[in-house]
Amino acid sequence: MGDNGHDSDTVTLTIDGLEVTVPKGTTILQAAEALGNRIPHYCYHPGLSAPAQCRLCLVEVEGAPKLAPSCVTDAQDGQVVHTESESAKGMRQGVLEFYLANHPLDCPICDQSGECKLQDYVFEEGRKHGRSREPKRVFGRDDFGGDVLFYGDRCVMCTRCVRFMDEMAQDPRLTVVERGNRSIIDTFFEEGVEGSPYSGNIVDICPVGALVSKDFLHKARAWDLDHTPSICPNCSQGCNIDLHTRDNLVQRLKPRPNLDVNEYWMCDYGRHRYEWMNRGDRIEVPLVRRDDGHEATDWPGVLEPLLESLREGKGPVRAVASPFVSNEALAALASLVEALGGGEIVFRSARADTEIPLPGFPKLTRRHDLVPNRRGAEILGMTRVGSDDGSSGLDELADHRGTLLVLGDELADLGPDFGARASLYLYLGSHPTPAATAADFVLPITTHAEEEGTFTNYEGRVQRFWPALQGPGAARPAWLPLSLLAARMEGTRSPSRVDEAFLRAGELAPEFRGLAYESIGTRGALVNEPAVLPEG
Amino acid sequence: MAYPYTHERETRVISRGFGEPEARTLDGWKALGGYQGLKKALEMGRAEVIDVVKASGLRGRGGAGFPTGVKWSFMPQEKQGPHYLLCNADESEPGTFKDRELMRWTPHQVIEGCLIAAYAIQAEHVYIYCRGEFFETNQVIARAVEEAYEAGLAGEDILGSGVTIDVTVHQGAGAYICGEETALMESVEGRRGLPRVKPPFPAAVGVFGKPSTINNVETLCAVPHIVVHGGEWYRQWGTDESPGTKLFCVSGHVRRKGNFELPMGFPLEDLLYDVCGGFEKGRKLKAVIPGGSSVPFMTAEDCKDCSLSYEGVVEKGSMLGCASVMVMDDRTNIVKQVRRTVDFFAHESCGQCTPCREGTTWLSRILLRIERGKGTEEDLDTLVDLGRQMTGTTICVLSDSAAAPVISSIEKFRDDYLALIRRGEAVGTA
Repeated sequence: MGDNGHDSDTVTLTIDGLEVTVPKGTTILQAAEALGNRIPHYCYHPGLSAPAQCRLCLVEVEGAPKLAPSCVTDAQDGQVVHTESESAKGMRQGVLEFYLANHPLDCPICDQSGECKLQDYVFEEGRKHGRSREPKRVFGRDDFGGDVLFYGDRCVMCTRCVRFMDEMAQDPRLTVVERGNRSIIDTFFEEGVEGSPYSGNIVDICPVGALVSKDFLHKARAWDLDHTPSICPNCSQGCNIDLHTRDNLVQRLKPRPNLDVNEYWMCDYGRHRYEWMNRGDRIEVPLVRRDDGHEATDWPGVLEPLLESLREGKGPVRAVASPFVSNEALAALASLVEALGGGEIVFRSARADTEIPLPGFPKLTRRHDLVPNRRGAEILGMTRVGSDDGSSGLDELADHRGTLLVLGDELADLGPDFGARASLYLYLGSHPTPAATAADFVLPITTHAEEEGTFTNYEGRVQRFWPALQGPGAARPAWLPLSLLAARMEGTRSPSRVDEAFLRAGELAPEFRGLAYESIGTRGALVNEPAVLPEG
Repeated sequence: MAYPYTHERETRVISRGFGEPEARTLDGWKALGGYQGLKKALEMGRAEVIDVVKASGLRGRGGAGFPTGVKWSFMPQEKQGPHYLLCNADESEPGTFKDRELMRWTPHQVIEGCLIAAYAIQAEHVYIYCRGEFFETNQVIARAVEEAYEAGLAGEDILGSGVTIDVTVHQGAGAYICGEETALMESVEGRRGLPRVKPPFPAAVGVFGKPSTINNVETLCAVPHIVVHGGEWYRQWGTDESPGTKLFCVSGHVRRKGNFELPMGFPLEDLLYDVCGGFEKGRKLKAVIPGGSSVPFMTAEDCKDCSLSYEGVVEKGSMLGCASVMVMDDRTNIVKQVRRTVDFFAHESCGQCTPCREGTTWLSRILLRIERGKGTEEDLDTLVDLGRQMTGTTICVLSDSAAAPVISSIEKFRDDYLALIRRGEAVGTA
C-alpha cells in the first residue's frame, strides 16, 4: 500500500486515458467530474439520492458485461473507464432520441430554453434528425401550487423533484403516478406544494422546462440574463445566490452551491423578495440643504461643505445604521464616528418569531433575523434597538441636538421632523424618505446589488457579493464617502478599493483581523472567535 | 387420463398431485409422501441440504436458469440479523401457467420447498409473493399455510427441531414488473414495484435491507424431492447442464395444450407432434416462442432437432426461459402477434428507465402503423435499431424482453412485414 504513494483510502482509475485518484466510495461520475469531465445525467443530483434511472450516464467499464451507470458505480482501483467510446456515445445518442420521442419541442415558448439540459445534450450528441413519426403523448399543464407550474409533456421523469420533496423538504407532496409511458409527476392533493417553504428549489433542479416558476414565467430568456454571485439579503443565513439580471433589473434569484452554508438550496422566503432591489425611486445625486429645501449638487460640491461642518464640531455624535449595508460601510461609519470623537451607533432589524429549517440539511434555516448583516453590525460594536418589526426605538435620536448620522436606514416609521433639532444631520441612503427632509446633507448610496462588499452571516461567516446592477446617477458605495470623510478628519489615507475598506473592519474589531478578500474567496470565511479582551 | 390431459411420456415428479383433489389438503399431501423432505432436511443440517441441491444441478425455473444451490450459498454464513426467503409466485409472463397449477393443486409442496430453502439459508421468514389476479390460488395457498401452522410444520419449533420459520402469503396488486426480483422486494416492503439497481445483490441487501434469496415456485417444488431422493436421483433425467424435469406450458395452435412435465432435453418436435398431438388438419408449424413472450422467436426450421434444455434452445438462437411454449401455425399474423406482445410490455413497463419507458411505446406505435399497412421499409431498420438501444441499457430486463421478439421476428419473418408494407396484405389471419 504505502509504498506506491497512496493508501487504501483512495483508488486510482483511468477515465478516457486520464488517471485520477479519488477517495474510496467516490462514484465514477464524481471521479470524472474531478477531471473536469461532466458525464451527461438527469436523475443524479449531488444533493439527492441516485436512482440510476435516466440511463444517460452509462459508461463503458473495461471487463464489465454491460454499460455501467456511472452515478451509482463506485470507482475501483485499476478500473479503465471510457465515456467517449463508440458504445457509450451510441447509447447516449439512443437515450436522447427516446427523450425526444414524446417531447413537445416547444423551446421557443419554454422558459428553460437556453439553460435546458435536454437542449444542451441533444445539441452536443443527439441525432441530426429524429426518426419518430408517431403522434406524441400529451399531458398538458398543471398548477402545482405555490410558485410552481408543471408542463408534463416536457418532463424527462428524472424524479429529482419527487426526491427533493421526500428527502430534503421531507414534505412529500409529489409522486409518480401511473406506469410506463403514462407515468407522470403529480401532487397528492389539490394544493400541491403550496406553503411548503422550500418548494421553489424543485424548479431549480428540474433539468428541463417541466417545472417552471410562475413569477419568472415568460419574463426573460435565459441567454439574456447576466448571473452575478451574491448573498441573499433576506435573512441572516446568508445563502449563496446568483442574481439573474437583465436591463439593469433583477429578474430572479437562484441558489449558488456552498456546502458550508446552503448546499444547493434556498428558501422561498428569500427567493421571492428581490423586487426592492429594482425600486426606481432613488436618491441619485448628493443633496445639500438650502433655506427652501434640498439642492442637487455633485460630490465635490457636497463633500467640501460637509467636511467643513464636521470639522467645526457640532456636538456629540449619534448614529443609526442599517444591517442591510456591507461590513465595509459599517466599518467606515464606525471609523467616522471615532474620528468625530466617538458616540453610540444603533441599528434596527426585523426579527421573525420562527425559524424555518430545511429538514434534509438543517444547517440551512430561514433565520430569526430577517436582515443580512446583524452579526457584522454587532461585531463592530453597534447596538440593536427598536421592535421586532424593525421600527421604533429612535425617539431619543429623533430629537438629538448634536451630530446625527444615518446610514442606509430608510426610517420609514419617522416623519419630516426627524433630526430637525440636530446641529448637523447627515443622511446616507438609497431611497428618498420624508425622514431625510431635515438632513443638512444627503448622500446617494448604492444597494448591495449594485456594489461589491461583504456580509457577516448568523454564524460569523464573512461572505462576498459582487455588483449585479448599475447604481443610479451619482450613487456610490457608502464606504467610499464615509472612509474619505474619516480619513480627511484624521489626516490619513483613505482606502480607494473595497478590499482595503474591508481591512479597516479588521482594525476596528479583532474578529475580522487577519481576514482578507483573497482568503474569503467565493466560499466565505469564519470570523475569529472573539479574542479574550484585555482586563479593564 | 386425469388432470386435463396427461401423456405417457411425461415424468411426473412435481406435477404428481395435479388433478388429485386430496393432494391439496395436508393429510392428502402427507399420504403422497409430503413433508418427508422437510423432516429429512432438518435432520441433515443446512450445509448438507445446500450440498444436495448443488449436487442435483437444479437450475432456477423462473427463467434465468441460475443454479439454485449456488444461489443459496451466496447467503452470509455468519448471521448478522434476519435473513429472508422470497417465493416468487407472481407468475405473469404471457404464456406461462405452471406456478398457478403447482400452487392450486399442491400448495403443501410449495410450502415444504419454502421451508427447506428457508432452513438452508437460515431465514426465519418466508414471503410467498402471489400474483394479485390469482384469487383462488391465493386462497388455496393461504389455507395451506394455516394448516401447516396448525400441524406445527411452520412457525415456532418446526417438528420439534427448535427451528422457527414464519410463512406469510403476500398478495400482489397486479403488476407484471413485480415478478422481477428486486421490484418484488419493493412491493413486499409496501412501495411501488420499481426494480432496484444491482449491485447490491439480494443476497447482500434484499428485502427490508437484509440478505434475501428469491426462488421461483417450481424451483422450490423440486427441492423436497431432491432432498428425499438425493442429487444423483434428480440427475437421472435431463442433460448434464440441465438436469431434472421441467413443466412445459404449451399454448397456441396445437391440439392439446397444457402443462406437461418432461425431462429436460426432451425433443421439441416430440413435444409438439406427440405429446401435444400436432396441428389441426392442413395446418403446419410456423413459429414457436419457447420460453414465454420475452424470448426470441424460433422458426419451423429452428425447431428441428431442438433439445428442450437451457443449452439446447440457446443453440437454436432462443432461450428456454420459463418453458412456456407458444406455438403458432401458418395462420398466424406475426406482425400482429409481435405488436400485441410489445403492447403488453409497454403497458407493464414500470417507467423508471428512459429506453424502456419511451422505447416500448414507440415500438408498439410503429408496429401498429405497419399492421395497418402504413409502414415503410425504413421502419424495419428503425425498429431493429430502437430494439438494440433498448437492450442492456436499463435497470432490469423488461426492456430487453420487449425488444427481443421485435428484433428476432424481423430477422426471421421479414417477408411477413414486407407483405404488409409493400402490398398492405397480412400473412395469416389469426
